[in-house]
Amino acid sequence: MAIDTEHSVNWGSDKSRRSQRRRYASDRRLKFLGLGAIIIAIGVLAILLTTIVIGGSTAFTQTSVTVSFYLDQDLVSARRGYTRIVDNAVTELFPEIADAATLNAAEDILTDAADDILRDRVRADPGLIGQTVTMRIPVADPFDQLHKGVVSRDIPEDRRIVSDQQVQLFDQLIERGLVSKPFNWGLLFNIDSTNPEIAGLRGAIVGSFYLLLVTFLVSFPVGIAAAIYLEEFAPKNRWTGVIEVNINNLAAVPSIVFGLLGLAVLLNFFGMPRSAPLVGGLVLSLMTLPTMIIVTRVALKAVPPSIREGAYGIGASKHQVVMHHVLPLALPGILTGTIIGLAQALGETAPLLLIGMNAFVPGDPGGITDPATTLPTQILIWADSSERGFVARTSAGIMVLLGFLITMNAGAIYLRRRLERTW
Amino acid sequence: MLGTAILLILLMSVAAYIVGRISGRKFVRAGGGKVHSLPNYHGLFVAVWVGIPATILVFLWVALRGPAIDALLVASLPDTLTAGVTESQIGLLLQQIKSAAAGVMFGQPGQEILNAAARLSRWNSIAEWGMVAAALAATIVGLALARARLAPQFRARNAFEKVMSGVMIACSAAAIFTTIGIVVSLLVEALHFFSMVPIGDFLFGGEWQPQIAIREDQIAGAGAFGAIPVFTGTLLIAVMAMLFAVPVGLFTAIYLVEYSSNRVRSIVKPILEILAGVPTVVYGFFAVITVAPAIRSFGNQLGIATSPNSALAAGVVIGVMLIPFISSLSDDALRAVPRALRDGSLAMGATRAETMTKVLLPAALPGIMGGVLLAASRAIGETMIVVMAAGLIATLTINPLESVTTVTVQIVTLLIGDTAFDSPKTLAAFALGLILFLITLSLNVIALKIVNRFREKYD
Repeated sequence: MAIDTEHSVNWGSDKSRRSQRRRYASDRRLKFLGLGAIIIAIGVLAILLTTIVIGGSTAFTQTSVTVSFYLDQDLVSARRGYTRIVDNAVTELFPEIADAATLNAAEDILTDAADDILRDRVRADPGLIGQTVTMRIPVADPFDQLHKGVVSRDIPEDRRIVSDQQVQLFDQLIERGLVSKPFNWGLLFNIDSTNPEIAGLRGAIVGSFYLLLVTFLVSFPVGIAAAIYLEEFAPKNRWTGVIEVNINNLAAVPSIVFGLLGLAVLLNFFGMPRSAPLVGGLVLSLMTLPTMIIVTRVALKAVPPSIREGAYGIGASKHQVVMHHVLPLALPGILTGTIIGLAQALGETAPLLLIGMNAFVPGDPGGITDPATTLPTQILIWADSSERGFVARTSAGIMVLLGFLITMNAGAIYLRRRLERTW
Repeated sequence: MLGTAILLILLMSVAAYIVGRISGRKFVRAGGGKVHSLPNYHGLFVAVWVGIPATILVFLWVALRGPAIDALLVASLPDTLTAGVTESQIGLLLQQIKSAAAGVMFGQPGQEILNAAARLSRWNSIAEWGMVAAALAATIVGLALARARLAPQFRARNAFEKVMSGVMIACSAAAIFTTIGIVVSLLVEALHFFSMVPIGDFLFGGEWQPQIAIREDQIAGAGAFGAIPVFTGTLLIAVMAMLFAVPVGLFTAIYLVEYSSNRVRSIVKPILEILAGVPTVVYGFFAVITVAPAIRSFGNQLGIATSPNSALAAGVVIGVMLIPFISSLSDDALRAVPRALRDGSLAMGATRAETMTKVLLPAALPGIMGGVLLAASRAIGETMIVVMAAGLIATLTINPLESVTTVTVQIVTLLIGDTAFDSPKTLAAFALGLILFLITLSLNVIALKIVNRFREKYD
């Protein structure tokens, strides 16, 4: 056998080595490009999370001043009486101040809503009237920012909201040990307010709960029924083909279009109440329906045919096979998918804007037809507010929202690990 | 009242189940082995015929009560109020009557309005009680009719299963009703809009100033509804997003498929899922608070005029949102290529990069293209990020450092606050929504077709 010297390759030649080096270099290039892409993706996520956590962590404490209020019997029932009680308390706090202007400046250190806080306290416990109560009252937002170091004391007086005189008074309070920074439970348990120092997420959390309740009550049964029909009963014909295409397309329709549907049909035509969790829940259940149907079908598919055949074998009807055997076995998978679908619905914002769920609601909704906000729309409201304190609160609100999402997803993963069975 | 009605129906259904079950039991005891269905099915049969018609009746009642009472109210108003007024004035009148009925009076309403308000309150309470009465009547009629059909030879199970099949078909048709609802509501309002603003002016006009007065006492511009700058703005932001997301997503997928160890893969995949699970309002806030200022200060350092809400900032953040979407779809497409192709190429001595670029990528290209189109449709339809980070003023530009507006931003700003369904300002949002729906729908249909055809090729 003669060797074809003309066409054989000399792997040791310079040319061959160069070519090999070039090819390996391009291989490494692609690898580094891939690695770079992953680093960019992870880096952006890391930057996002650190900005949110650093920005939001200050909102989890609230600068407060310990103040003693004398609840005068006459003042409690008088008009604007609580305002005067607060005024008196501030006067006592700074006994050396004589002129009214300085006193007014001192009063601005406490939150505007100090009288409301006091009134709520007395309403909860009328026995306090006539006594002196000592309470921690949140300071107004500019002082909160000052105390947390978000706003520097070095900024010239004409460029900050608080005057030098007020800073001096505030420093006096710090020296006397009256200023503290307790954990800000109000962030979770207060209702929304235009004053950042007392604004909280309670209304939004309750609103989101009602919203998810409606979404669950509508999309869970409808989604399961539709999935069972399509997976177990539907004949392969044009009609079911149309339904399948429809479900796939609905899953990809921009969420804002669902908002338009809700506005035109539910609000304008059926005259349902604006800003209500009922309407928001209905819109979101239409959006989660495709997800529900898809996850349920996957779970039904995973049940092995032997189960069905065994049930048929002992004389069960088709409905009995599905309802008594297949569905119970698929339920863990369906529940996992449902939680993930609801977590998606919890983060959804755009359609809720069009049905008015981003309106300021000072209170928490009592039912599914009351005006309400939700966690994401509350975050949007705070993000659009101009007060300095809302910047940190927006990040803190995002942390709360992400906390709920992580809990729901972790619950789904736990459920999957716990209940999933392999056949 | 709705709660009472539903509770009533539930209680009646349970009662019906018990009644049916008792009859079924009696048949068994009397007829021995000749009974067709189990007692349970007799009960269920009666229960569904009590529960389902009554529930449908109640929902129809709730849905149609408002419009029906409105129509009756308008018809009952004296001619002096309704002669020769437009639809919007009637709407205002209705609003006035409703607030008067709720006890909120603005100024001194006329005697006719007060009479109408009294009528409205009366009719409302009649409608409320009527609903409960109708629900009760429906359950009783259902109970009587269904109970009468029970017999030892009656095929209660088959009848019940037929009803359940009907319910399931109705549920799966919900997707179709939703689509029809979207198309009809968008089309009706958009056609209404095009009767005020010619469709040619809307699609090809170059000036967009929609903030016109809805009420007479508002101060606003004269209005112009040429949507070209809105469309180009949307396109600009979507292109920025895709320019960022496609390379990053695709290279991520390439690395995960070809180069990464299983350990790296098991770390990176969940991280990408977290990225996919972050709500868009969070991305929007991130764009406003971090990305836009960073881009602006960078631009200013280079001496380029940069808008504080530049198209680039919104685009990049949408791109970040789309990375996991593109990478997971590309990952699936690359993995769907039969292993034999890949192994063959490697066995021939090709490097991994050569296998990737010359064998896997060309084979997976349709799947990747489908994924990119789906991502593009998402970029166009994304709302929260642009609402928070993009501008409100429609500028016709292709400079990504300037501020532009998008279709979704305009929909949201047009519909927040005053909405009146006879003002071109409100209706323009629906026309934009229709265009958005049509564009994303066609992108999705094309993408799904490509993906499906690709899947068939290798399955």
